[in-house]
Amino acid sequence: MRPAAGAGILALAAGALVLLTVLAFALGHFPLAPGDLAALVANKLFGASYAVAPTAETVVLQLRGPRILAALLVGAALAAAGTAYQGMFRNPLVSPDILGVSAGAALGAVLGIFFSQSVLVIQLGAFAGGLAAVGMVYAVGANVRRHDPILSLILAGIVLGTLLGAFIALIKYLADPYNQLPAITYWLLGSLAAVSPSDLALAAPFALAGLAPLYLLRWRMNLLSLSDDEARALGVPVGRLRLAVVCAATLMTAAAVAISGIIGWVGLLIPHAARMLVGPEFSRLLPLAMVLGAAFLLAVDTLARTIAPIEVPPGVLTALIGTPFFLWLFVSVRRAWQ
Amino acid sequence: MLEARDLGYGYPGRAVGRSLNLAVGAGEVLCVLGPNGGGKTTLFRTLLGLLEAQGGEVRLQGESLGALPRAEVARRMGYVPQGHAAQFAFTVRDVVLMGRTAHVGLFAAPGAADRAAADAAIEALGIAELAGRVVTELSGGERQLAMIARALAQGARALVLDEPTASLDFGNQVRVLREIRRLAAQGYAVVFSSHDPSQAFLAASRVLLLARGGAVRQGPPEEVITAANLREVYGVEVRVAAMDGARVCLPVL
Repeated sequence: MRPAAGAGILALAAGALVLLTVLAFALGHFPLAPGDLAALVANKLFGASYAVAPTAETVVLQLRGPRILAALLVGAALAAAGTAYQGMFRNPLVSPDILGVSAGAALGAVLGIFFSQSVLVIQLGAFAGGLAAVGMVYAVGANVRRHDPILSLILAGIVLGTLLGAFIALIKYLADPYNQLPAITYWLLGSLAAVSPSDLALAAPFALAGLAPLYLLRWRMNLLSLSDDEARALGVPVGRLRLAVVCAATLMTAAAVAISGIIGWVGLLIPHAARMLVGPEFSRLLPLAMVLGAAFLLAVDTLARTIAPIEVPPGVLTALIGTPFFLWLFVSVRRAWQ
Repeated sequence: MLEARDLGYGYPGRAVGRSLNLAVGAGEVLCVLGPNGGGKTTLFRTLLGLLEAQGGEVRLQGESLGALPRAEVARRMGYVPQGHAAQFAFTVRDVVLMGRTAHVGLFAAPGAADRAAADAAIEALGIAELAGRVVTELSGGERQLAMIARALAQGARALVLDEPTASLDFGNQVRVLREIRRLAAQGYAVVFSSHDPSQAFLAASRVLLLARGGAVRQGPPEEVITAANLREVYGVEVRVAAMDGARVCLPVL
C-alpha cells in the first residue's frame, strides 16, 4: 500500500463519517429537516439566532447529540483497542476483550445493578471492574517466567474471564427476575439509548487518555508484531512497550464499556476491515480503524433506533450488519487478510 | 568487533556452555556449527544480549554488552532471525524501515534520513524491485534478503545470522552465502550458524564447532572441519574432500 493511497482511503472514510453523522442527526422518530439542523449549528457554534423549534433543539442537544457522540466515541475506542491488540498479540482473532476487560466490567456493572445502585455507580463499577480484571491478568501473566509472555497473558485472560463469567451467572441466578434480571440482560447486550451528556463527559477523558499513547507510539507499535527477540534486538524494550499498550487499550475499552455495555464485534472486525484496505502498518492503520469503527457503530446505532418501533439491541445488529459487510470485504479485496 | 570472554551461556541452573572465548573482527566471518540441541541458538541469544550471560561477558566494539543501552546495542549489532515468520502483510520497505528503530525517537516516525538508510540497505542487497512487495508473499530466499537488509539498516557493523540458509532452496542458499562474503569484504563482522559444514569452507574465515555437553573446537575451517571432528560431533561418517582447490564434506552412507 502506497502512503498516498492510504491517505486517500482515510479521507474518503472520514468524508463518509461526516455524512453519516449528519444523517444520524436527521433520522429518528422525530425527523429533523436539514434546515433546522443547519440553523441549530449556526446558533450554537457561530452565535447566530435563527428560529428553531424548541423540540428540535431538545432532540438534538439532549437526546440525539449525546447518543451520536457516544456511538462515535465507543466505536472509535473499541476499534483502536482491537487494532492495538491484534498487532500486539500477533493474532487477527483477538478482540479488546482478550485480557478480560469486558468480563471485569460486566461483573462490576452486574454487581451494581444487583445492589440497586445508581447509574453512576454502575458505570463506575463497570469501569473499575474492567481495569481490575486486566490488572490481575497482567500481574499473573507477568509472573509466569518460564513460558512465552504473550501466551501467558492470553491464558490468564481466558482463565480469569471464565471465573468472572461464573460470578456473573451466579448473580443473574440470584437476581430478582422482574426488576434486576432484565436490567442485567439489557446491560450485557449493550446499548447507547440511555447515554446522557454527563456520561459522555465522564467517559471521554479516559478514552482520550488511552488513545493518546497509542497515537504517540503509532509507528513503534509495528515492532510489537515481531517476535520478542527480534524487537529487542532492534532496540525496543518490549515489556515496557507492551505494558503501555495494555494500559492504553484497557483504559479506552473500560471507558467505552462503562457507558455502552458490551458491544461485541466492532473491536474484532473493524481492525480487519481497515487492514484489508491500507495494510498492517500501524500509523496508517490506526486512524482508519478509528474512523471505520466510529462510522460502523454510528450506522448500527442509528438503525437500532429507527428500523423498528422498539429499539433493537445494537449487539445483535452489529453481527447482522457486520457479517455480510465483512464477508463482502473478505471476498472482494485482494490483499491478504493479515 | 564482537568478542566473548570466558562466556557462560544457558539458563539459570542449566548451563549449556561455559568458558567460551571468541573474537570476530571487521571483515571476518565466523560459522557456528553443531548438532540440533547443541546450543547454537542459546549462544546467539547470549551474544545478542537477549539472554543474560551466565558467566564472563560479551564485548561489542570494546565495550561490555551489559553496560550498553539496548538501543545502542541495536545500532552496533544486527540480528537476522531464523525463518522470520511474517504474520502481517508489511511491505519490504516497511520491514526494513523497522531496522531504524534505534535511530528513531520514542514517539517519532522514521524521517527522510531513515528512509534513505532503508533504501540504501535494500539497494545494497539488490532487492530494490521487492521494496513495494508484501513480505507474506515473498519466497523464503527473498524474505531472508529483506531480513538482512533490515539488519544493515540498523547501521550495525556486526551481524548475527541464525541459520540464514535454513529451508532455502539451493540457489537461494548460494545467494545468501555470497551476500555474507560480500558483507565481510565491506568490513562487517559476521557470525552465522549452519547445519552444512561445507558452507564454512565457502563463506567463513573461522569455525566454531559446538558439541552437546559444551565441548568446543574453534579455528580456521581447514583445521576444525575434519572427518574425525565431524564424526565426534554429529555421529556420522564424513569424508572431507578437496575439489578444484575448494573443500567439501561428503557424508558416507
